[in-house]
Amino acid sequence: MRNLTEIRWHGRGGQGAKTAALLLADVAFQTGKYVQGFPEYGPERMGAPITAYNRISDRQIRVHSNIYDPQYVVVVDESLLEAVDVTGGLKKDGAILVNTSRPKEEILPHLKGYEGKVFTIDAHKVSMAAMGKYFPNTPLLAAIVKVAEIMDEETFLREMRASFTHKFASKPEVIDGNMAALKMALEEVR
Amino acid sequence: MATDITKLGVKATWKELTEGMVIAGAGTSKDFNTGEWSTDKPVFIEEKCKQCLLCTPVCPDSCIPVTDGKRGEFDYEHCKGCGICVKSCPFGAITMKGVE
Amino acid sequence: MAKRDRLSGNEAIAIALRQINPDVFPAFPITPSTEIPQYFASFVANGQVDTEFIPVESEHSSMSAAIGASAAGARSLTATSSCGLAYMWEELYIAASNRLPLALALVNRALSGPININCDHSDSMGARDAGWIQIYAENNQEAYDNMVQAYRISEHKDVRLPIMICQDGFITSHAVENMELLEDEEVKNFVGEYRPENYLLNPDCPMAVGPYSITDYYMEAKRNQAEGMKHVEKVVLETAKEFAAVSGREYGLFEAYCMEDAEYAVIMIGSAAGTTKDAIDRLREQGEKVGLLKIRLYRPFPAEGIAQALSHVKAVAIMDRAEGYTNHGGPLGADVMSALYRARSQAYAVNYIYGLGGRDVRIEDMESVFHALKQIAADGCAGETYRYLGIRE
Repeated sequence: MRNLTEIRWHGRGGQGAKTAALLLADVAFQTGKYVQGFPEYGPERMGAPITAYNRISDRQIRVHSNIYDPQYVVVVDESLLEAVDVTGGLKKDGAILVNTSRPKEEILPHLKGYEGKVFTIDAHKVSMAAMGKYFPNTPLLAAIVKVAEIMDEETFLREMRASFTHKFASKPEVIDGNMAALKMALEEVR
Repeated sequence: MATDITKLGVKATWKELTEGMVIAGAGTSKDFNTGEWSTDKPVFIEEKCKQCLLCTPVCPDSCIPVTDGKRGEFDYEHCKGCGICVKSCPFGAITMKGVE
Repeated sequence: MAKRDRLSGNEAIAIALRQINPDVFPAFPITPSTEIPQYFASFVANGQVDTEFIPVESEHSSMSAAIGASAAGARSLTATSSCGLAYMWEELYIAASNRLPLALALVNRALSGPININCDHSDSMGARDAGWIQIYAENNQEAYDNMVQAYRISEHKDVRLPIMICQDGFITSHAVENMELLEDEEVKNFVGEYRPENYLLNPDCPMAVGPYSITDYYMEAKRNQAEGMKHVEKVVLETAKEFAAVSGREYGLFEAYCMEDAEYAVIMIGSAAGTTKDAIDRLREQGEKVGLLKIRLYRPFPAEGIAQALSHVKAVAIMDRAEGYTNHGGPLGADVMSALYRARSQAYAVNYIYGLGGRDVRIEDMESVFHALKQIAADGCAGETYRYLGIRE
């Protein structure tokens, strides 16, 4: 893994792209990395495009700018493929992960000729199957951890269980659903 | 620690002022002759006074002293000459006259 | 023992405040500082602090209540941003002139208009002459560390002045970064108990706060207030030394990065200093002698130290994240240029306005500033000294 991994998230206000970025920072932190997770707000309202960012490094991170040339891009809402230049600056040796129910072949024409790797995950399907509700964050988090090789799957699942146990202390019934979503997403991302 | 207000005055240097201009200690206005600000002052006509003491509580500057249930002469060091006492007296025992 | 954690800047401030356990915290929400009272309110609800938390109806009231509480003898504070600080204007001067050592956790945000929620320093720069101590942070760690040190500075008997602990809105307030936290007990011991000499709730010595001051006294009163400011540098350094003994992290009035042999220097405040350090590392790899002075203490302004640190540079760029509308540059520009003049500096100095309303500052932007400085030195002419960084022309 590179010394510095930079990830850009594209979502819409209310979909949890910022939360996903913070969760990723959290789990990477647990493995001893230096992390940054931060949002960039445009118009403050539901549905407006928002961007969130992650930096993950073995060294202290001092830079405080947004990320313009990421290794990885996560598209939380595929309708953004048309509205936002999601592949802008994305490195060729990186990858883009798109949340979609469509086959990859249908996504490729929307990526402006991006030459790097393209991954898709149907976060809706995974979320509904594992949790009965649509929370795209959990499956996307697992998918990007795998795509960007942030850590091995075993460590990831162990850290996430610990994190959920803490986070959902008052409603432990949702822990298993979230864990199931993570595991399923690790297999479904392609 | 109470402020030593005897050190304050228009000749005081900046070092002699208290931090933040606080005045620690109560009732320090007693030490200033603010009565000199008045342009009118009340006169107490003892013969007409029935010692009803209606004047004492209405004085904003507590300038009508009471001893053994009887009011005494005005405290002109602090009286501002507002005249409220004159209005409060049912017996015409207080009048206003100009400062001499 | 330090605890490794990852927190947003707002969480970091809230945790520092939980550890300090102040007496009174009146607050009114405003983006991007809202999370500070929000997190703190949960600490109150959970019984983790015994602070009197007062939700008020405006920032005018939050600062007024903090002042009242401080005058009564309590350790008080509030938090705000942008227009919230502007609405406290009148009270800022009251707090300082009454020598009340209260704290304000400020999350810097642009002032309207146009209305904007993102970072610049126009809010706190407007308050720079209010008589408050102002300390700024580059990152979340510094925001936390500055908050822990705040009351030791402001309550010091030689100082007794209110203190503003500033961090950059969103850039650090909403960004999760690695941190090291002190143990609760360490913070408690470091900050200590607040024991004011005179306070309104002291039945043994009733007192008057904020008496009217006629012309005969007013100037002496202001000069007396200035004396507190004169002691701030010394107390900030003493406090930092003690803090280093507890935390292992060292602080000064400003940070000099790669300045020993620097010929071209940038001087700035806040989060973009981290970005500038990365730019400096890149340029140093190419053999460029570049450095950074990052202001920590902005009020009072450590003019002599800064002039001394810049004494050997050929050219310096002073970066203002606020307009001054002087037609000459921003507030930091005015302060630094005056310091250089008094030190009879021969360096070329230019003043950049940058990062207004959250305009992003990239490593490349800061590289371009250093390139401009090198060109200025080569040309022997500073050219236009009042510049905008990265403006669309």
